[in-house]
Amino acid sequence: MEEKEVILRVENLSKQYRLGVIGTGTISHDLNRWWHKIRGKEDPYLRIGERNKRASLGKTDYVWAIKDVNFEVRSGEVLGIIGKNGAGKSTLLKILSKVTMPTTGIIRSKGRIASLLEVGTGFHPELTGKENIFLNGAILGMTKAEIKTKFDEIVEFAGVQRYVNTPVKRYSSGMKVRLAFAVAAHLEPEILVVDEVLAVGDAEFQKKAIGKMQDIAKGEGRTVLFVSHDMDAIQKLTQRTVVLSDGEVLFDGDTEKAIQAYLNQGLDTKPYCEWEDMDTAPGNDFGRLKSAAVRNEKGDLCNRFSVRDDIYVEVSYWDLNTEYNNTAIIHVVNERGQRLFASNEFNAPDWLDFHNKEKGIVTATCKIPRHLLAEGQFNLLIAVGNYNPEIIHAIEDNLLSFEVFDDTTGDGVRGPYAGKWPGIMRPMLAWNIKKEPLDSK
Amino acid sequence: MDKPQKNNTWLFEISSKSNLLDFKFKEIWQYRDLLMLFVRRDVVTLYKQTVLGPLWYLIQPLLTSVIFTLVFNGIADISTGSVNAFLFNLAGITIWNYFAECLKATSDTFKKNENIFGKVYFPRVIMPLSITVSNLLKLAIQLLIFIAFYVYFSLSGDAGTVSIYILWTPVIILIMGMLGLGFGMIISSMVTKYRDLTFLVQFGIQLFMYISAVMYPIAIVKDKLPSYVSWLVEYNPLAHVIESFRYMVFSGAYMKDPTNDFSSVNILAMLVVAFVIFLFGLIIFNRTERNFIDTV
Repeated sequence: MEEKEVILRVENLSKQYRLGVIGTGTISHDLNRWWHKIRGKEDPYLRIGERNKRASLGKTDYVWAIKDVNFEVRSGEVLGIIGKNGAGKSTLLKILSKVTMPTTGIIRSKGRIASLLEVGTGFHPELTGKENIFLNGAILGMTKAEIKTKFDEIVEFAGVQRYVNTPVKRYSSGMKVRLAFAVAAHLEPEILVVDEVLAVGDAEFQKKAIGKMQDIAKGEGRTVLFVSHDMDAIQKLTQRTVVLSDGEVLFDGDTEKAIQAYLNQGLDTKPYCEWEDMDTAPGNDFGRLKSAAVRNEKGDLCNRFSVRDDIYVEVSYWDLNTEYNNTAIIHVVNERGQRLFASNEFNAPDWLDFHNKEKGIVTATCKIPRHLLAEGQFNLLIAVGNYNPEIIHAIEDNLLSFEVFDDTTGDGVRGPYAGKWPGIMRPMLAWNIKKEPLDSK
Repeated sequence: MDKPQKNNTWLFEISSKSNLLDFKFKEIWQYRDLLMLFVRRDVVTLYKQTVLGPLWYLIQPLLTSVIFTLVFNGIADISTGSVNAFLFNLAGITIWNYFAECLKATSDTFKKNENIFGKVYFPRVIMPLSITVSNLLKLAIQLLIFIAFYVYFSLSGDAGTVSIYILWTPVIILIMGMLGLGFGMIISSMVTKYRDLTFLVQFGIQLFMYISAVMYPIAIVKDKLPSYVSWLVEYNPLAHVIESFRYMVFSGAYMKDPTNDFSSVNILAMLVVAFVIFLFGLIIFNRTERNFIDTV
């Protein structure tokens, strides 16, 4: 694909908010600011401020909702923007759609930006669907003539032909959303900002909406900034994604990798974990975890494997159960939170040999065979429990994690193919082949 | 900040810096359809689900005028010369109402539209502008009623005569509109930070009416009140605008001394004052629209 021109450039964009109440103190700060300004000095409150961490208590009232954000968007590109709640997505969008101004930094644009932050903005309940289409279109920046030429298309897309002359207050919420999306989707700005609209509406409409967005980007060559928590929608619509974290750009690039980066936030990737003190280790009087490790063939700790490597998960626990037979349990979870499979120590043929209702330290190792897992990062849930009756003694989610990569040297599942390989698993399966000559008749 | 490739083809930039005197008239013009649609919306939806509908346009000024006539002319015995007192009051109220309605409706622009302003950008000034325009319709209806009463009273010779200066009426309306809009924008900008002002507006307008010569001629104030109070009326631009309007329609027949001529210079001066207040309001309004969503 040839490089298109940059249509939108965000440079060192920052936005500072003051937390707490606006009231006493506001005027004194305003005066102080003004005093610095007339002496030609820097705003005294811009120097302070912290990264925006919601959970931890800050030292000042000033936070940076976004801080030094830089990125570029090329014409016709669909850019995804993801991030946890409070990562600065909404602030960024608000600045992009000119609802509020940045504190410092600049956005340069070669096209009109229209935003679809929340559907139905400006719908007046007393007005009919038709009147609202015109009003809403005009609010979003269309002229009356433009709306007129698109009117039939909008009504048809929204599927509200029968209700065009009914006041919007009689619409179902789904109909309102569809009408609003239809108006916005038929806008003609060069850059469209879309936030979370696809979360509403029925499955059929969502499909339609995603299709329309693809048309907008691919067919009509317009640029779309798409903000969502829905990883599936992000993946379907975008090739490139920016991940925001605490107001800063954590990752900018391929959507596939961006989703990984987003999902791995706050997770430590570590192949080893150990508890030294039996009394405080996770568990109860029947069993406590002692250690867990991910190892390679040689028995060394390892957190990076090729798809061609066997992976060994070792669980060590204090077996204190004198009533039932304990078993170690592992769950393998991929980066999207999909639970791929679970495995139990009792699958070992000699399991009962080690569980004779005597106390001891059990170390059980499970081999995850090569050519099973796909590329990506995996998290392990480690537990100790017994079945019949089913009791879990110790359970630790996301305790360990490791990464699997595929270096396409030709002998793996994908062979020499270097492109994307579908599927959440990548098992090497047996194939049976027959071939008959063409002129067998 | 130095740019590696200073590109002049950017359509626009968003940054914290802006020109104080950038009124974005071009942008407002681009959104003219929106302005008209807002006007339409205001007019269509105002009296939905009311019994009397647009009749409210008429009831309010007529009743006010009746009460004023009873109190100020009946009890307080203010003279309106050869002009019927009811008609005299109706003239003042009609013009005053336009100002008051514009001011009241625009003064909570930011607060009332917080929701929509927080989602979509369009030149915010479209909102107060549309209110000023849609109030013109109300004014037109009230002026018609005034004309009807004027004709009725002039049959019995209680209305004086219309002067040639009546042609200045559009200027009078323009002045009132700009004053209402200008003050409204200033107040709406301040309300985003200091909510107390909302309460002040309500009775502030009422108090203001009493020093704006709505129900008495300015000359009476000079006669009856000492100068340390009467300046409140004499230097009140609104009082002069209303007085001018009355002079235009009654040719000063309500005065003791009708030779006190109509002054075009006076009106032009008011126009300048109104324009300055309007511009000042626009500047403050434009400053506020940039960040109000963070404070509201």
